[in-house]
Amino acid sequence: MLAIEHVSKVYATRHGRREVLSDVSFRLGRGENLGILGRNGAGKSTLIRLISGAELPTSGRILRGMRVSWPLAFGGAFQTHLTGLDNLKFVCRVYGVDYKPLVPFVEEFTELGIYFREPVLHYSHGMLTRLAFALSMAIEFDCFLIDEAMVVGDVRFHERCHIELFHKRKDRAFILVTHDANVIKLYCKNACVMHEGRLLSFPTVEAAYDFYQGKMSTHAEPVES
Amino acid sequence: MSTETAPSLLHSLGIQRRVLHALLMREIITRFGRENLGVLWLVAEPMLFTLGVATLWTAAGLHHGSPIPIVAFAVTGYSSVLMWRNSANRSGGAIAQNKQLLFHRNVRVLDVLLTRIALEIGGATGSFIVLSFLFTFVGWMPLPEDLLKVLCGWRMLAWFGASLALVIGAGTAYSEIVERLWHPAAYLLFPLSGAAFMVDWMPANAQKVLLLLPMVHGVEMLREGYFGSVVPTHYDVGYMASCCLVLSFVGLYFVRQASRRVEF
Repeated sequence: MLAIEHVSKVYATRHGRREVLSDVSFRLGRGENLGILGRNGAGKSTLIRLISGAELPTSGRILRGMRVSWPLAFGGAFQTHLTGLDNLKFVCRVYGVDYKPLVPFVEEFTELGIYFREPVLHYSHGMLTRLAFALSMAIEFDCFLIDEAMVVGDVRFHERCHIELFHKRKDRAFILVTHDANVIKLYCKNACVMHEGRLLSFPTVEAAYDFYQGKMSTHAEPVES
Repeated sequence: MSTETAPSLLHSLGIQRRVLHALLMREIITRFGRENLGVLWLVAEPMLFTLGVATLWTAAGLHHGSPIPIVAFAVTGYSSVLMWRNSANRSGGAIAQNKQLLFHRNVRVLDVLLTRIALEIGGATGSFIVLSFLFTFVGWMPLPEDLLKVLCGWRMLAWFGASLALVIGAGTAYSEIVERLWHPAAYLLFPLSGAAFMVDWMPANAQKVLLLLPMVHGVEMLREGYFGSVVPTHYDVGYMASCCLVLSFVGLYFVRQASRRVEF
């Protein structure tokens, strides 16, 4: 069980305090999934960072009764002077896993060839994303955090991600945030909409979808940064 | 990994050990690379500093006709400076440079700082040991009279350096002013730190003021252990320990506050 209880997040800006998340609460059991729809700047990524534990909430609390992943395909923690293999070793050490049995999977999935043992410095964007995704898959988690904007790649990459995540690991829980309502419809059993820092619940994915589409068309506001 | 029941202390210590090991390996490769000396630079770099300072002090005849051999005086003195100064130097900005690692649930702000502290203390200690062996072998340094006291003085300096590093490292996350003030402070504290003099050489009034600085006690203790009764020393372990204890608590409190302030 993952429980988010009355979580708020306030950032100090030069124009005073700005509440990015206000009183967000929800629960997610093992094997369940939740899609969170929201426009740019709605607070989706902030929520993901709080759930992953990278940032702490200003108030409220997050209880993790299952192993929660870092945001899927997040490669920001790669150190450029380390090789792909070094980064695998690092992640395995942090999570207390033996890296050796995982090398074949990561090598096969990333298709890095000799670059797997070269510094990450020389990787292309696509190579980085593949490595980041493979590392996320290498460690066992009960719940995956997916920021759809982070998993960018070509069609083939998307297909392979899809197989790894939604077929091979379909028993796992996940939280998927995106601005693309069709993605939520495709993958999620439950959906919420993040709007102006609040999380709005809906009885069905359809209802959330309709509400979000309505918001998108009626509010022709400029996109927040 | 967190579970709904509180994890046992032993389990938590296991995670702590794993995370520090992972961070240490990562930091070593990042800082020293795999080319030429690689990880040996961890020890070689402070050694070069100490050797340079020993050469300069020898040329300047800094030891005032003291019975302590000048090389031994420089090695004990400058190694002590490395102990209290380097950890704090490296901890400023450590949080900002490593905050992406916080996405891994078990990596916390304290781990990032502890890693840097451990590396600096390890490097300075390695350099001190290698140089001591080297100069003892060629006869420029005597064997320590009281090894236990040397170790004790060294550990006190390590504690002081570590607690100072927590304050500076976490303080920098609060405000960059901390780091801006730390560098001139470290520079000005160097000549006052007891590295380049014995407290006994100073007039009584100056001694009182100098002994307010915690690291002076550590250096005096280290030298008493090394050279024995050849030199009269002035120090109070209780005073130094009290200062370190206060600094440690302040540092840990700052670290907790800084963890709340991490933003992306």
